[in-house]
Amino acid sequence: MLDLIVLLIFMIAAGIVAVEIKDLLASVIALGAVGFAVAIGFIMLAAPDLAIVQIVIEVLSVVFFVAVILKTTHVDSAAGRPYKPADIFTFVVFGVFALAFVYFGIRLFAGLAPMSRELGQVASHYLTQGLAETGAVNRVTSVVLDYRALDTLGETTVLFTAVIGVLAVLRLEGRRK
Amino acid sequence: MTPIVKVVVRLVGGFIFLYGCYIVLYGHLSPGGGFAGGAIIAAGLILSRLAFGTTAKQEKSASISSSIFESTGGLLFLLVGLLGLFVGGYFFINLFPSFGTQGRLVSAGSIPFSNIAIGIKVAAAILSIFLVLASTKYIFKE
Repeated sequence: MLDLIVLLIFMIAAGIVAVEIKDLLASVIALGAVGFAVAIGFIMLAAPDLAIVQIVIEVLSVVFFVAVILKTTHVDSAAGRPYKPADIFTFVVFGVFALAFVYFGIRLFAGLAPMSRELGQVASHYLTQGLAETGAVNRVTSVVLDYRALDTLGETTVLFTAVIGVLAVLRLEGRRK
Repeated sequence: MTPIVKVVVRLVGGFIFLYGCYIVLYGHLSPGGGFAGGAIIAAGLILSRLAFGTTAKQEKSASISSSIFESTGGLLFLLVGLLGLFVGGYFFINLFPSFGTQGRLVSAGSIPFSNIAIGIKVAAAILSIFLVLASTKYIFKE
């Protein structure tokens, strides 16, 4: 548990570096450090499926950012700007919402059973009956593509919509001058 | 890019593609699945594209073919669900789940087909996002 806490502190520190540093390229590298720390955390929590996806997506997103920064600029033009009253209003609203989120999160988790090795009814059904009912040895796949396949369809729809949105925002051909 | 990068990509690129295909096909047996494998395939394609560079004509044909592949993957995944609806009675029901031997490649009914469809779709989607974000055609036309 201690190594996970050390990892979380490292992630917070790298996140602060990513926000505060002046050079955008260094900021992207700090963001990549956060992502790889998330992948290591998934491995610590015994979730290799998630770790594979996280590593690949993190590498790809860092490559995307670096490719865009190398073609445009790596100077953060907003850094060192004095705060305006509108910024202070944004900070206050964000702080209030973050505190409310933490409060309701604590209320919610106080009502749940503590996290332990004992499984709920649904999870133990997946673990004991999953192989017989779906035939898939990897239980994560049997949940994602058999028991919860409709959710996976929604996830693919989200990705499809994201691609359509990126294409619609960034295309230059056919846009009226 | 420098010759070092080009030679390394020429050696490694095919293996990255093969590893992505392995992750997709063995998704019902080992960690991984359609999403992870598709992302690895897209990473291999993006790597060769970054190392060797492309012409505007190649970029155009790549964006057309990636959008075709993305739509095909999505429709294939929907087709698996609709086959479950029309043959088995429920949307996304697993047809013939006990076909083949458990733990071998041919098993788990329609789950491998869903994995392959999602793999095609995710690879094409990530490649098309890369083409839009990083190709010269889209950024700051002077």
